[in-house]
Amino acid sequence: MHIFLQQLINGLSIGAVYALIALGYTMVYGVLKLINFAHGDVYMVGAVLGYELARCMIGLAAPLYITLPIIFLGAMAGCAVLGFVIEFCCYRPLRHRPRLVALITAIGVSLLLENLFQNPHLFGAAPRNMPRLFDIKPIISIPAAGGAAPVTMSNLDLISLCLCFVLMIALSWFVLRTKMGLALRAVSFRVDTAALMGININWVISVTFMLGSALAAVAGVVDAMRYHVEPMMGLVQGIKAFVAAVLGGIGSIPGAVLGGLLMGLVETLLKGYLPGGYSGYSDAAAFFVLILVLLVRPTGLLGKPVAEKV
Amino acid sequence: MTQTDPPFTATMFQRRRVPGWAVNGALLGLVVVLWFIGKAFDKNLDPYYLDLLLHIGIAIILAVSLNLINGITGQFSLGHAGFMAVGAYVGGVILKHAAPQGAAVPVMFLGLMILGGLAAAAAGVLVGVPTLRLRGDYLAIATLGFGEIITVVLNQIESIGSYEVGGSAGLHNIPITTNFFWTFLAALICVVVVARLVYSQKGRPFFAVREDEIAAAAMGVDTTFYKVAAFVVGAFFAGVAGVLSATLSGNLDPAAFGFVRSIEIVMMVVLGGSGSITGSILAAAVLTLLPEWLRALESWRLVIYALLLILMMLLRPEGLLGNRELWWTRRRLLAVER
Amino acid sequence: MPLLEISHLGIDFGGLRALSDFHFTLDQGELVGLIGPNGAGKTTVFNIVTGVYQPDAGDVRLAGKSIVGLKPFRINRLGVARTFQNVRLFGGLSVLDNVLIGFNQSVAHGFVGTLLRSHAHQIEEHLHEQQAIELLGTFDLLDRLHDPARTLAYGPQRRLEIARALATRPKILLLDEPAAGMNPQEKIDLMNLIAMIRRKFSVGLWLIEHDMKLVMSICQRITVLDHGETIAVGSPAEIQENPKVIEAYLGSPEPA
Repeated sequence: MHIFLQQLINGLSIGAVYALIALGYTMVYGVLKLINFAHGDVYMVGAVLGYELARCMIGLAAPLYITLPIIFLGAMAGCAVLGFVIEFCCYRPLRHRPRLVALITAIGVSLLLENLFQNPHLFGAAPRNMPRLFDIKPIISIPAAGGAAPVTMSNLDLISLCLCFVLMIALSWFVLRTKMGLALRAVSFRVDTAALMGININWVISVTFMLGSALAAVAGVVDAMRYHVEPMMGLVQGIKAFVAAVLGGIGSIPGAVLGGLLMGLVETLLKGYLPGGYSGYSDAAAFFVLILVLLVRPTGLLGKPVAEKV
Repeated sequence: MTQTDPPFTATMFQRRRVPGWAVNGALLGLVVVLWFIGKAFDKNLDPYYLDLLLHIGIAIILAVSLNLINGITGQFSLGHAGFMAVGAYVGGVILKHAAPQGAAVPVMFLGLMILGGLAAAAAGVLVGVPTLRLRGDYLAIATLGFGEIITVVLNQIESIGSYEVGGSAGLHNIPITTNFFWTFLAALICVVVVARLVYSQKGRPFFAVREDEIAAAAMGVDTTFYKVAAFVVGAFFAGVAGVLSATLSGNLDPAAFGFVRSIEIVMMVVLGGSGSITGSILAAAVLTLLPEWLRALESWRLVIYALLLILMMLLRPEGLLGNRELWWTRRRLLAVER
Repeated sequence: MPLLEISHLGIDFGGLRALSDFHFTLDQGELVGLIGPNGAGKTTVFNIVTGVYQPDAGDVRLAGKSIVGLKPFRINRLGVARTFQNVRLFGGLSVLDNVLIGFNQSVAHGFVGTLLRSHAHQIEEHLHEQQAIELLGTFDLLDRLHDPARTLAYGPQRRLEIARALATRPKILLLDEPAAGMNPQEKIDLMNLIAMIRRKFSVGLWLIEHDMKLVMSICQRITVLDHGETIAVGSPAEIQENPKVIEAYLGSPEPA
């Protein structure tokens, strides 16, 4: 039981990061019907920015409650600008083209970011460890009966979980309660009608990209602290987050959160419970679950089934 | 309708047809020519250029076969490298286990290409049938998932019985049997099969499925059949390309068949122009050569490559050839008198 | 035995009765209208007949055999062709290719012949191309033979859709609002065209149309639907007199 509980905590903590990235995919998909393949690399840029900021901040020896917000907010701001620029330069000119064209351009942007940061003049391909801002140690510990290892939650797990949930609540407030959020929903419902209602489509799309990118930046910084930073880190994480978004029903914001958390849980539970020699298959299992879900519900868990009008 | 006589009448249109036997004969002649070129190249051509040519040949097979699925039938697949992996491992594993000698080499290699193709085609059915009800991006992501599952599985399997598979370390020292003739024979067959298939009465519905499934069904087109057929034929040739690539370098690495590889093939299709077979051939060559041309740029090579890709899409979104073929003139039928 | 016979047909959409107890017959060479206000369930009838929707009740029989539950492409091959309310051409394909896809099902040779470019293949290719060109000539579309169908103007698109449907050699042709969006001159041309189709192709024509003048002047019989219920059946003259029809279109008179 306590192993299960431990896996649950780990899974939620990893899943929360997936959810943050998945939100960017799902929001962009909602307004543009575009799989923004470069999103995983925006997450990577977030991690790199966090790393660079941390390197600057560590010399100042400022207290943690100043350093951390600066790192997170800095990375968010940087990625928001990046998201804006990507959309403005690469996707906007192609908005009325077949979607496949924009998709290939997105892949191009993704390649560009990866190779740009792999360039030794900029960052280099080698993984780097984040400067140690604080010691990652268990802070919550539930002792288990019978002398088994206690169920623990590290301070980083706690930070990432809290951050993710606060951001998700903030996002839902933004989408459901503000005028901009209403415009966003209108655009994802129907672009041309939204335009007729006097909504500035371009600005809504820009805001969507900036928001999504900022969320990805948070995920990037959290992962930078948990693992390390390298230019290709966005590839696998990006695919998994995208799969999470599809799992939840792409275009649906609660769906992205649900899909991300599920994805994290499935992964850690399988890693923990698959018999010895088979745990390597847990990566495949995530995709397997995805295919199964799609076969039962072709538009994901919370996606609306669209009946084509004849 | 106009009050005056219509400017065109049915009798004005005639097509000059070359008899089928003549074209088939010419193709056979081309095969013979390929054989002689292959002989000459294997002996005299710089290995670097020969290698590059073979990579282009394999890329052509991959791009044209994916074009049948993605560009022509409109079923967005992101798992083409998975089909390729199936063929590559079938070919690589068998060839490593039982390396043929002397005259048996070409016979066995031909057999392996067909076997690898069939194995991949079976995988095509496995993917095509259950994912039929998925559309657009959902299909894309399901096929992507399939490709990833294949690489994960290949990463985990060390051996099947006495057959070494290699697991995450990869399979090495496969006898090198790919040469110019086999590669371009396979490419020629792939191009001819796909082109003849889709530019015919039997195959035109592939396009109809892409354009509008509901309307196609209302015109008597069995859309399910054509979608699965596209996956099967496309996967078959991807499997053949896999066998060729496995025995080109002699090494197999499961990571080489991941999502990045699939994306590369999609790029060829879109860059050449979705639906254009000649476009795919052109793009396969360009995208294989481009990184080589950019070698002088050293560490900036792939940055420039990505930039060029973005620029090409921005400046020519319909791809190099759009959905036209190189050999088409604007009017395929000639108005004889006007 | 009528060519097409529909009895007790009904369908629900999420608890809402979209069509109930619908009866209908159509014979070769007939021209029959189906009218009713927006949302009355006219296109739904076409969608059930062509297999796009599955009915919850009733039966559709073609030459005595039930076609309920068959896939749309099977129903088309049995001889029911249709056009769509919002034109659904293969926009990226040429005008000629659109019609050639209609001929697809009458190809007798197999894939092997196609791949080897056999003699039978070449003869059939040529034959279908000539037939397609002839058909397009009948519909005055030859001047745009090789242009993508989406580049045609609205009127020609509608004509092409009808030509494409006829290429499948139907016994019954369902036309879903063929005159929608046409100007008066185009409507007159369309009326002539429909009359010509009836003469030349000897099909049973079933027509959904909002333009009363058009329907009344060419149809032999008319069925009127309102909220999924059949409110009147009869000749154009009878329909014009029918108080229920007038009420459905104009609303009921204010209660005194």
